[in-house]
Amino acid sequence: MATEAQGEGSGLVFHPMDQFIVKPLFRDIAPGSCDAAAGLTDGCVRWYEPTNVTLWLALSALVVFALFVLGTRGRALIPSRVQSVAELTYGMVHKMVEDVSGKDGLRYFPYVFTLFCFILFANLLGLIPKSFSTTSHIAVTAVLALFVFLGVTILGFVLNGTHFLNLFWVKSAPLALRPVLAIIELISYFVRPVSHSIRLAGNIMAGHAVIKVFAAFAAILAIAPISILAIVGMYGLEVLVAVIQAYVFTILTCVYLKDALHPGH
Amino acid sequence: MENVATYAELGKYLGAGLACIGMAGAAMGVGNVAGNYLSGALRNPSAAASQTATLFIGMAFAEALGIFSFLVALLLLFAA
Repeated sequence: MATEAQGEGSGLVFHPMDQFIVKPLFRDIAPGSCDAAAGLTDGCVRWYEPTNVTLWLALSALVVFALFVLGTRGRALIPSRVQSVAELTYGMVHKMVEDVSGKDGLRYFPYVFTLFCFILFANLLGLIPKSFSTTSHIAVTAVLALFVFLGVTILGFVLNGTHFLNLFWVKSAPLALRPVLAIIELISYFVRPVSHSIRLAGNIMAGHAVIKVFAAFAAILAIAPISILAIVGMYGLEVLVAVIQAYVFTILTCVYLKDALHPGH
Repeated sequence: MENVATYAELGKYLGAGLACIGMAGAAMGVGNVAGNYLSGALRNPSAAASQTATLFIGMAFAEALGIFSFLVALLLLFAA
């Protein structure tokens, strides 16, 4: 690993990426005991094992359930605090889908809302100290983005048939320019799931790694106060980023949905 | 033979550092989006609220390319 201890003697030890290691929940694994080439499989995470990723994914699903099912159970006319949080979130995403994808996009509102809540709470739970931020793994976000991509592509062809291809054949451009634009549009279409997933994972991962780098500087007494202030500041920024990235992921889903519902520029 | 491995290692770190220059472009892009949004919003505050979604979409697209350079740096450090 590139994040080996640097300057171990001075107490300055950087391990910014260690927080992202996937570990089995019920078993300790020795470092370096997973090497398929040498026949060592003890330290490998087996596919059926619950890991810290499993735990925190399940917890974020549970928090969403608690907020939206248990929190709104009362259905009070004057909502309690939990109920109004749930209602405001619902209203915000509902308005967003309606504004960006149009009225007919509201049919797909449940999926978009599920995405938003899940990503939001996965991001926020990842900010609890000692927890595990599941959305920092490209494997997690790639699945979310890939389902959006596949769903939107299938939806576009089912709803519009071959008319969906107008997305790539820009009618408003001069004829000579259209093949060039078609290639550009095609590339940008297939880069969508990549940027969609890496934006979320990259932002979360980078923020958490920066906090850990500042944490390592706290070991030096002279700069410890500055370092701790920097951690506090970064943490505040990370809370903001967690919410904004969930918002951005959802709003991009709405934009892609709009393209599938109304292809052609 | 040892030298080759050392140079490959050196190249990885240099490449990761160089890839980070790409983030400067993303920084300019995001700053441009936010700055233009603000100057537009101050001229016509009543239209500002309806354009926040566009602001975030524009920021996300500008930021995506910076994230790509970050990804290249990560791939060089941990995967190459």
